[in-house]
Amino acid sequence: MSPLNGYLLLSALLFSIGLAGALTRRNAILVLIGIELMLNAANLNFIAFWRYGANPAALTGIMFTIFSISIAAAEAAVGLGIILAVYRHTRSTDLDQMSSMKG
Amino acid sequence: MNVFFLILAALTIVGTAAAMALRSAIHCILALTIGLVGLAALYLLLGAQFVGFTQILVYVGAVAILAVFAIMMTQGASAPTQPILSSSWLTGVSVAVAIFAVLAWAIHSTASTQTSLPQPEVSVNQIGAALMHQFVLPLEIMGLLLTAALIGAVILAMPEKKETL
Amino acid sequence: MAASTDWIVQNLWLIPALPLLAGGAISLAKQRHRALAASLAIASMAISFLLSLLAFIHVLSLGHAETVKQTVNINWFQFGNEWVKLGWLLDPLTAVMLLMVTFVGLLIFIYSVGYMAEDENFTRFFCFLALFAGAMLGVVIANSLLLLFMFWEIMGLTSYLLIGFWYAKPIAAAAAKKAFIVTRIGDLGFFLGMAWLYSQTGTLLFYDNGAGCIEHSALTALVTHTTIFGLTVSTGIALLIFCGAAGKSGQVPLHVWLPDAMEGPTPVSALIHAATMVAAGVFLIARIYPLMSAHIPSLLTPTIALQVVTWVGAITALFGSCVAVAQFDIKRILAYSTVSQLGYMMIGLGVGGVSVGMFHLITHAFFKALLFLGAGSVIHGCSGEQDIRHMGGLKKYMPVTLLAYSAGMLALCGVPFFAGFWSKDEVLHSAFAWSVSSIPFYMAAVAALLTAFYMTRQMFYVFFGDTHRPAHHFAPVDDKFSEESHGHHAPHESPRVMTTPLLILATFAVFLGFMGAPFWPWFQSFLDGEQPVLSFAPLAAALPLMVVSTGLVLLGLGLGWKLYAGKIKLASQPDPLQQLQPRIFSILSHAFYVDRMYAMTIIRLNTVFAHLSNWFDRWIFNGVVQCVSYLVLGLAWLDNFVDTFVVNGGFDEGCAAVSHGGRTLSLLQSGRIQSYLRTIGLALIVLAILMFWGVKP
Repeated sequence: MSPLNGYLLLSALLFSIGLAGALTRRNAILVLIGIELMLNAANLNFIAFWRYGANPAALTGIMFTIFSISIAAAEAAVGLGIILAVYRHTRSTDLDQMSSMKG
Repeated sequence: MNVFFLILAALTIVGTAAAMALRSAIHCILALTIGLVGLAALYLLLGAQFVGFTQILVYVGAVAILAVFAIMMTQGASAPTQPILSSSWLTGVSVAVAIFAVLAWAIHSTASTQTSLPQPEVSVNQIGAALMHQFVLPLEIMGLLLTAALIGAVILAMPEKKETL
Repeated sequence: MAASTDWIVQNLWLIPALPLLAGGAISLAKQRHRALAASLAIASMAISFLLSLLAFIHVLSLGHAETVKQTVNINWFQFGNEWVKLGWLLDPLTAVMLLMVTFVGLLIFIYSVGYMAEDENFTRFFCFLALFAGAMLGVVIANSLLLLFMFWEIMGLTSYLLIGFWYAKPIAAAAAKKAFIVTRIGDLGFFLGMAWLYSQTGTLLFYDNGAGCIEHSALTALVTHTTIFGLTVSTGIALLIFCGAAGKSGQVPLHVWLPDAMEGPTPVSALIHAATMVAAGVFLIARIYPLMSAHIPSLLTPTIALQVVTWVGAITALFGSCVAVAQFDIKRILAYSTVSQLGYMMIGLGVGGVSVGMFHLITHAFFKALLFLGAGSVIHGCSGEQDIRHMGGLKKYMPVTLLAYSAGMLALCGVPFFAGFWSKDEVLHSAFAWSVSSIPFYMAAVAALLTAFYMTRQMFYVFFGDTHRPAHHFAPVDDKFSEESHGHHAPHESPRVMTTPLLILATFAVFLGFMGAPFWPWFQSFLDGEQPVLSFAPLAAALPLMVVSTGLVLLGLGLGWKLYAGKIKLASQPDPLQQLQPRIFSILSHAFYVDRMYAMTIIRLNTVFAHLSNWFDRWIFNGVVQCVSYLVLGLAWLDNFVDTFVVNGGFDEGCAAVSHGGRTLSLLQSGRIQSYLRTIGLALIVLAILMFWGVKP
């Protein structure tokens, strides 16, 4: 197996772990962390392809990753703000209890 | 190189798995931090130094800390001993497993290149120049986005005014 | 028979129209406008009288050179290809009848002002009287059998209204109904005859320049055809029309309504049931006399129709006079007397022709009206008493009435030189000379005897002797509809408005007969269209018979005197005749039980039929309707069932299914993000697998 495949497999595994957490954890913050993990896995994918890809001098992979990281940071900030606002209303971070959109 | 890769990969996996499986949320974040550090090391291994350090700075230094703060602010009311996993744990895990299977199969079925390419040399100067020249538009948009996110987060987290009757 | 352009002939229609219009106008007036009602009625009648006088003079002036029949015919409506025509006609018969009806009618109207003065329905009375007068005059001038029939029916209606004038009294209402129904039975025959005549001749006009239904060409056609029993068609039609006349003129067996019709006020009895309406039947026969006497030239005896008329008249004459002998109600005696006299008129028509019958009709109108009005005066003066046993000695209280009544009584009996003498003698003379049989003559003679007898009886009971009314006996206390209610005091003479007509009529009763006396038969000549000749030869020929009839009259008077003069002292005392022959008397007083016979047969039959019809209606027709209704109900129930269970139920089930499905699907919307994410993940997997499987070689 080539190094690229290894990195890709690793990133897929990370992605799945992050997805598993996002799908199963009850705490909303931990779901957000799971999503962060998924984004990180994608970043790893980008860097791996930049390294073992066709044209590393174009810096496409690095650029993409830089932007991805910034967006993830912004998204984490906003997401946590939402969670705090919801917590202020319902006094809980349990996702199972946030089913007012039911029906 | 392969050995470093395996060690770092194992570290990352353990960290992230722990982040997703531990019972206490604080412990999860701490485990996550380890995982993120492992990822940063992997970036370094791959030769994207700037990205690696940016990862440390942003994720570990800001996102994880932020998550810790959030957990501390929201967990005051609820007891730390909660069941870790929700009722339909199996469905979620199986979906994740299935996705991993599909991805792995996709990866495995592509032809792999055996050539090992030389390590590309990239400097921060180059990254900066690229940002200013080719990627200037995304850069500016990113600036706007961050501003909006900042304002939004402040508004969201601001305590509501109590209306006097 | 030309249509004259003289004013009176063109406007003859005014004579019935004016009273009809007056009746219509009075019907709109309120009950308190009494003077207005009476004035309208009397004025219209007076004008009609003047116009009749004009018509009479016109007919007189035309001379007797040719037959004077002047007609005006108007197209009414189209029936198929032909026009139904109406018209009026002026001939001597019409003229005398018009004069008599308007004159007697006018006098009775004036009398009624006094008679009905205290009745609260004064206005209604005059309205009906005027309508009746219009109808009667219409019958007289009608030139078409159809028009005559129409006015005939209107007369029947107004007669019903007038007999039942005091409708709140059940007996009066019943009498009115009886009159209407019995005359209707006769009218059925009339209508059938009319229809038959129309089908045979194609016209109902009497005189139409030779095309009328009783003119020569039509009659020849009718005479040649024969029908059932070998009668000619003309006889058949004539007999059917005679049915109508028999009903209206109270011939046996349709006479039963006349005595009961005395429930009406006395002026009504005088006008309708003495002078005019009952005479209408006789007038009808006179009008269609050509039809009745039409025969094939080889026939020598009178026609069957005329024979039937004569026999019926004879039976009626005898019947009426027999029954009148045993009556105790003053008006009933006169009613049966009218029945009897109508029989005489029919005899006269049958044996002697139009002039004989009409002569007796005219004289009878005057003296019978006089007698009825006099009886009304007596009743008025006795505060409503009608039973002759409770009267008596009235000659000292009501001398004028006595004078007038005596004139009428003598005229009715046929005492020489009074009007009735001449006319009755004409009838007897013709009956004696009848070629078929002389039995009618003997019957009429016996009737004359009895007439004298019962009139004498009545006179003695009412006017002579002592007042044997108990002082405290008055008219039935609670009967406010009887003839009077103006206090209970001693009998008194009637007011001048009532006695003046009496005296006028009395004059006519005395002198009118001379217009038809054998030595100067003006009346007969007038009707026949010839010049009267003053000669005593016919008188000589008739003298033996006159002696015989006078003898009969005197015999009757004498018998009455013997039995009744001075013999009646108390009201409770039985009648002398009743004492002599109680069984016969009781049969007579019940009018030979004709009414009871009708009740047992026809009325019972009718009741059975009514029950049958009721049963039929209740079970069969009603049953059908009920079945249909049940069917409809069943359909409705079925419809309801289908609607509730099939349509509604199905619809509801459908909606429930949709709702259930929706509810089931909404379970997907758990509101939990993680389950959504899981679904997305699954979908992604499926999509990826599909994509890869498609691409992989």
